[in-house]
Amino acid sequence: MVASVDRDKCMYCGGCVSICPTDALELMETFIKVDEDTCVGCGSCIRFCPVGALYEKDE
Amino acid sequence: MMNREYDVIVVGAGPAGSMAAKTVAEGKHSVLVLDKKQEIGTPKRCAEGINARVLASLDIKPDPRWAINNIRGAVCYSPSGNSVNTDLGAMGGYVLERKIFEKHLATQAIKKGARYMVKTNARKVLKENGFVKGVKADYMGEELELKSRIVIAADGVDSKIARDVGIDTKNVLEDYHSGFQYEMAGLKLEEEDKLHIYFGEKIAPKGYVWIFPKGDSVANVGIGILGKLSSDGNRAIDYLDRFIGSHPEIFQNASPIEINAGGVPMGSPLEDMVDNGFMVVGDAAHHVNPIHGGGISLAMEAGMIAGQVASEALDRGDVSKKSLQEYQRRWEDKFDTKLKKLI
Repeated sequence: MVASVDRDKCMYCGGCVSICPTDALELMETFIKVDEDTCVGCGSCIRFCPVGALYEKDE
Repeated sequence: MMNREYDVIVVGAGPAGSMAAKTVAEGKHSVLVLDKKQEIGTPKRCAEGINARVLASLDIKPDPRWAINNIRGAVCYSPSGNSVNTDLGAMGGYVLERKIFEKHLATQAIKKGARYMVKTNARKVLKENGFVKGVKADYMGEELELKSRIVIAADGVDSKIARDVGIDTKNVLEDYHSGFQYEMAGLKLEEEDKLHIYFGEKIAPKGYVWIFPKGDSVANVGIGILGKLSSDGNRAIDYLDRFIGSHPEIFQNASPIEINAGGVPMGSPLEDMVDNGFMVVGDAAHHVNPIHGGGISLAMEAGMIAGQVASEALDRGDVSKKSLQEYQRRWEDKFDTKLKKLI
């Protein structure tokens, strides 16, 4: 699985970016970009997200 | 603006970045600040409290346009409802309007000669012979190569630029707080000139809930919980909503006027804050007080020290890692023993 972002919920705070072990996330101005080739599906960002805007998506 | 070479490029126009830029400009060196956002200071990721002593030591005079509420003390509440009311004395502190404060800091740097660009996303560094020599940045769909003798990374918790240099700025769930906050109006608070802090594992596991009043019934109402303890149904937002629901005496007629979120680096500061032609300051360097999670003051002091050391290194003509390590030494002299005692 890979991480995916619910853009309706995301606050674009960038908090998830710094716990991604493989550097697969990036905060653009008003959205989080997920590099699906780099994401290893560890789920750290999904656990951390203060509002639950990240979720698992099957590849 | 874009084609010339600068002495220093600062990535990120938060409190750390603008302090660094102002200090470099005061040292009579050219400096360009890049911020990826189209507006400096927003969205805020912060409860906006600052100590008056810190502003004084940075030679910044509190201005009612951004130091909007005078704080005289703090009330701490235990899970059983007992409270301890402390007075901070004459010094105390302020709750800031950070959107205005950050623009004010940028303005002061610009008045000293710094240049700024917004909506400019610097993600990679330029390197030559093992030295950082500038950045690659996207501006309005165009990729720019901006050259400098030193790059200062002040790009926050989601810092990319330091990682490109090989400095690991990542956080882990065990040492990272998940933060959420409403700015609310219509609160009924007994003491609007005090910070209100609520502790308890059921209220905020390994963290706390804060109410930082801004005056006129408005306050930042927020929470930080340990990232490791965040899960579906028990996230920062869930804990905070439950707290608000359980205190109708304060929140019955209150509504949010803003929502904020963020991650707070609670672990040790970076082992390595410098490289050849490169320095890291603020949230990107994990410059956060591990007890209360506050970061503005540590970040601003780091920015000022980095700016001083950068100026001195440029004067000497030596921007090597060894030369710039003076910044880390001075920062650690000032804070490390204090922070280590706290951890």
